[in-house]
Amino acid sequence: MKTDIILSGVGGQGILSIATVIGDAALNEGLHLKQAEVHGMSQRGGDVQSNLRISSEPIHSDLIPLGSANVIISLEPMEALRYMPYLAPDGWVITSSKPFVNIPNYPEQEALDAALAKVKNLVLFDVAQIAADNGMPRSENMVLLGGAVDAVGLSMDKILDSVRRIFSSKGEAVVEQNIKAVMLGYEATK
Amino acid sequence: MSNDKKKMMLLGDQAIALGAINAGLSGVYAYPGTPSTEITEFIQTYPLAKERGIHSRWCTNEKTAMEAALGMSYAGKRALVCMKHVGMNVAADPFVNSAITGVNGGIVVLVADDPSMHSSQNEQDTRFYGKFALVPIFEPSSQQEAYDMMSYAFDYSEKMATPVLMRVVTRMAHSRAVVEVGEKKEQNSVAMPKNAADWVLLPVIARRRYAQVVAQQAEYVATSETTEFNSLAINKKGAKGIVACGIAYNYVMENVAECDAVNILKVSQYPVPADLLKQLVENSSEVLIAEDGQPFVEEQVRGIMPNEKLVIRGRLTGELPRTGELTPDNVRAAMGLAPHATFDKSEAVVARPPALCQGCGHRDVYATLKRVIAEYPQGKVFSDIGCYTLGALPPFKAIDSCVDMGASITMAKGASDAGLFPAVAVIGDSTFTHSGMTGLLDAVNAKAPITVIISDNLTTAMTGGQDSAGTNRLQAICQGLGVEPEHIRCVVPIPKNHDEIVSIIREEIEYKGVSVIIPCRECIQTLNRRLKKQKVEKK
Repeated sequence: MKTDIILSGVGGQGILSIATVIGDAALNEGLHLKQAEVHGMSQRGGDVQSNLRISSEPIHSDLIPLGSANVIISLEPMEALRYMPYLAPDGWVITSSKPFVNIPNYPEQEALDAALAKVKNLVLFDVAQIAADNGMPRSENMVLLGGAVDAVGLSMDKILDSVRRIFSSKGEAVVEQNIKAVMLGYEATK
Repeated sequence: MSNDKKKMMLLGDQAIALGAINAGLSGVYAYPGTPSTEITEFIQTYPLAKERGIHSRWCTNEKTAMEAALGMSYAGKRALVCMKHVGMNVAADPFVNSAITGVNGGIVVLVADDPSMHSSQNEQDTRFYGKFALVPIFEPSSQQEAYDMMSYAFDYSEKMATPVLMRVVTRMAHSRAVVEVGEKKEQNSVAMPKNAADWVLLPVIARRRYAQVVAQQAEYVATSETTEFNSLAINKKGAKGIVACGIAYNYVMENVAECDAVNILKVSQYPVPADLLKQLVENSSEVLIAEDGQPFVEEQVRGIMPNEKLVIRGRLTGELPRTGELTPDNVRAAMGLAPHATFDKSEAVVARPPALCQGCGHRDVYATLKRVIAEYPQGKVFSDIGCYTLGALPPFKAIDSCVDMGASITMAKGASDAGLFPAVAVIGDSTFTHSGMTGLLDAVNAKAPITVIISDNLTTAMTGGQDSAGTNRLQAICQGLGVEPEHIRCVVPIPKNHDEIVSIIREEIEYKGVSVIIPCRECIQTLNRRLKKQKVEKK
């Protein structure tokens, strides 16, 4: 088993908590893991990404080679497209459809849609809307994770166990909300 | 001593920190700097570090950090010094001289380089400093090795009575992996140095010590030949050879399965193991040198005089890029493998540069300063290292320079000496105490007609909100350095005060001496975190 995952978004959106859940689930499966993160300057509203590699065999490089990522999970559609050269030929892109516009030259919606339409294996869904409709605006990242569970190659049970473990210190209500968020994302992309 | 082994998921920086704690560390001395910051932060919150009373308070700059570590070493205890690569330029004086005094308690100087300049002004390679100071250098290839090395490095430092350098790069510092951790050593007790005279670097003593340090080099090389961190694999006589330094080893191993047999020399401890290298060269048709950063090993191996028998490839011959970090892809190409098939870049993608946060006080500083500078077409704004450097980008485009910690004030003074008016400096609170205070004293002594804006957000913000050394005392510090009290102006940078701030900046620019304006408001990031924490505590 080997899954190379690129997580992307805009600084402050919370891609690292997705990585934390997947990482925890992978470790509990006894898999090897490497996760390269971005800290520092680009966190101030710039583009951010994390390379997460999980494998049953030892992993060498902390960075995912070009053309090798099995899945890109993105909290922002243009940020998903930024890493297309890293996507494997049969890889999947799972992304929130809602643009985060904090630059003056952000592409027009038509141009963005046209570029997304070229992606062979695409799951595009309105994570923010789902989270808002269900009164959990801060669980957008867990909704997105729900849509990516199959592509990541870990079982839903293991992912939910990890959500429980990671959020347990914040109380049962937070745990339940995040589990619900993952399930909503999963259902929405079925 | 306790030996419970357990597995932990750690950033490279955290593996280094825990390795040091478990090696019997007594103090970490550091100034925040990406990508090294998380080492000290880990030690500040780790239970065993608290239990053992390990010193972990931030230092004012890298030089004070290095010197304090040397003092702790003098008293017999183990000290870790952490900084980013450019911090070594600040710490260089005590660092180089610490090799001459030698150490009593072990010292590991951890420097995190940033090839590709993800968050830096240059991509200098710290290994040159190690060679220059004549100290052993460690360069881990994995998080596990970083952890394991720390204990070895402290032991080696004490055994050889020398500080040792450990060099990592961004991709090691900021990448997580599972690390098996275990044995915890006791801390050293206070014990004075055996050779007390070594620590007084009068020329007569320094000459004797320098000769000893030079004589010790052969033993460092001998250790490099046999250390567990270096290894030679001759897989086929006459095959291509690769020297893989630090994390370059991972990129080589990522691709090696697709190559014909290659011979590999893994280097994670320096000086370069000369015999191992000789064996590699003798058994290989040509040698590729894969190293992150600058061609440190490549230049040593290649030399200057032509040698037809030796075919060396690397950053100097173009097989690897001369600048920027290594990746699995550029190492793959250098190994002669075809690139992976990829999708094209998407034409819808545009750059998304970082920006000052909404609600950040620096925004108010630049909004007001821009209004005043517009009245002075000749005016220049010299700035510095921190979040406020982002004022160079649109929409502000408000600064004309950013060079090194503290240079805003001294460059403004120099430009003013040359006749430029008005010369304005913009510096943050933490950068001011790091390296701006001495420059301000120069300006005061020269009565330079400059206007210094210390944009005070009460923290070291760019690196994530660490304590700032002069918080709540900036006004007193400026006054103590001789700035006239009536020309130290404190303001609150919020939109409703813009007109007031504009007239204050204008007045102080017109004053023909040193004036300091201190716009002071808490960083929006630390404020939000503090409020969130308060809310949780209330619940």
